[in-house]
Amino acid sequence: MADDKKRIDHPTGTETVGHEWDGIEELNTPLPRWWLWTFYITIAWGLAYTIFYPAWPMIRSATAGTLGWSSQGQLEGELKAAEAQRAPVLRAIAATPAEHLTGNPQLFQAAVEGGRAAFRVNCVQCHGSGATGSKGYPNLNDDDWLWGGDMGAIHHTLVDGVRNPDHEATRMSLMPAFGRDGILQPDQIQSLVAYVRTISHQRKPDAMALQGRDLFAANCAACHGPDGKGNRQFGAPNLTDGIWLYGGDEATLTETITNSRAGVMPRWGEKLDPVTVKMLAAYVYSLGGGEAKKVQTASR
Amino acid sequence: MASKPFTHGHIERNVTILAVLSLLVVTIGGIVEIAPLFWIDSTIEKVDGVRPYTPLELEGRNIYIREGCYSCHSQMIRPFRDETERYGHYSLAAESMYDHPFQWGSKRTGPDLARVGGRYSDEWHVQHLKNPRSVVPESIMPGYSFLASRELEVGDVSRDLRALSRTGVPYSEASIAKANDDLLAQADPSRDAGDLAKRYPKAQIRDFDGDPSQVTEMDALVAYIQMLGTQVDFKAAAAQEQMK
Repeated sequence: MADDKKRIDHPTGTETVGHEWDGIEELNTPLPRWWLWTFYITIAWGLAYTIFYPAWPMIRSATAGTLGWSSQGQLEGELKAAEAQRAPVLRAIAATPAEHLTGNPQLFQAAVEGGRAAFRVNCVQCHGSGATGSKGYPNLNDDDWLWGGDMGAIHHTLVDGVRNPDHEATRMSLMPAFGRDGILQPDQIQSLVAYVRTISHQRKPDAMALQGRDLFAANCAACHGPDGKGNRQFGAPNLTDGIWLYGGDEATLTETITNSRAGVMPRWGEKLDPVTVKMLAAYVYSLGGGEAKKVQTASR
Repeated sequence: MASKPFTHGHIERNVTILAVLSLLVVTIGGIVEIAPLFWIDSTIEKVDGVRPYTPLELEGRNIYIREGCYSCHSQMIRPFRDETERYGHYSLAAESMYDHPFQWGSKRTGPDLARVGGRYSDEWHVQHLKNPRSVVPESIMPGYSFLASRELEVGDVSRDLRALSRTGVPYSEASIAKANDDLLAQADPSRDAGDLAKRYPKAQIRDFDGDPSQVTEMDALVAYIQMLGTQVDFKAAAAQEQMK
C-alpha cells in the first residue's frame, strides 16, 4: 500500500508521497525548513503558555498557571495603579467643599478635567456631547439656570437630582396640568400662550395677550414671578429670556400649559462617588454659565 | 487492494471509518473545550440577586431579539479598565444564566447595554427609541417609533415561561399560572400586582412608555432595558467578599 508506491517522478525528479487514485499521484514537496521549525516552536510555545497561564480545565477549576495571572487580577492592578496616580488630587478635591473649589484655580482645573470625563460617561446621553441639551434637557452652556448656577446649587442638583420620587432632598416642584386637570379652559390657555409669547418678545401686545396677563397673575406668577422672570426656588424657568426648555412656539406652549412638564434627573449622589459628583459640578460650572455665590451677587 | 485496517490508505478509502474516526476526534475536542464549563466553579457559581425575567421583561427581551438589537449592542462588560470605568463592574457568568439565548453579542456599533438599567429615565429611553438623534445627535441608530403605538400582543405568555422552565429556568408553578396577569400588572400600576414583587425581587412596576392607556411593545422593551444589570448588588457583594 502507501509506502510501496513511492517512486521518483521522472519529469520533475521529485519523490511521490505514495498515494495513488485512478492513476493520479502527488509529489512529495516538503514545507520549507524555516516554516516547519516555526510551526514546532509555536507548539512548544503553546505548551509553555499552558504552564505559565491558566489553561487546563480540571475538576473544580482550571489550572491557575505558575505566574498566577488572571484577567480580574490584571484589572484590579490597573485600577489600583490608576487610583494611586489620581489619589492626591482626588483627596484634595474631596477635602474641599464644592463652594470653595473655585477659589483654588489649579485644583478647580483638575476637577473640571475629571468632570469632563465623567460627563461623557454619565451625562451626554441627555445633555448632549457638547452639553448643549435638547428638547426637555437643559443646555448647560448658557447662563439660564432652572435651579441655580453657583457651585453649591449645581452640586445640590447633581447630588439629589430633580423630581426623584421617595427622596426628601431632591429638587422638587410640580407645574399643574392646567388643561388636562380642567383648571383652565382651552380659550384661556390660548390667551396665556399669547401673553407668554408677548413677554418673550415674540408677539406684539394685543387684546388676547392682555386677557392672558390677568390669568398669568392668578395662575402662574406664584412660581414664575409676577414679571415671568422665573424663580429658582421652584425651578420655574424664566419665560422672558427667549431660552426654552421645550419650545416657545404656540403649539409647544399650549401643550406645556395643558399637560404640564416634569423633567427628571437621576440622583447622582446615589450612583456616583462624592468626588466624581463634585468634579461634575465643577465641569458644568466651567461651561460658561457658572455664577458666583448668591450673596455676592446681591451685594453687587 | 490489500490494505490493513487503520492505515492511511485504508481510512482514506473507507468513508464509514473516516466518518466514525472524524466524529471521535471532534468529540474529544468538544469534551475538552465545552464539558468543563458545566462543572468548573468559575462558570457555574451562583450569585445573589440573579432571578428569571418577569413576563414583561421577557417579552421586551423578545422584541430586543426580534429587532436585532444584538447586532450593534453587546451585553458583556469585559474585565478591562476602560470598560469597567465606562460601563460598570464586569459581567459575571451568572448574570446570563437565565438567558436563552444569551445576548452577549460580538460587535459594539452602539454601547454595551449589560448595565444600562436605571442609568437613564424611562422618558429618555422612549424618546431615544423613537428618535435617537433627538437626544444623541451623532447617533446612527435607527428609530423604533412604531414600538410606542403597537400594542403588546403576545398571546399566552405562560407558554414562554413553561418553555424556559423546561430548559432549567426556575419559574415556579405560581409564576407560570399568573404570567398573563403579571405581564399586564407590571406595566400598569393601577392594576393589582399581587405578589409579583415577591416572586420577582427588584421588579420595577410602573408605566414605562408614558402612555398608561395600553401596554405597548415600548413598555416591554423599556422594562427589559431598565432591568439590565440591576439584579446583582455589587456594593453588597464587595462587602461580603471583604468579610470573608
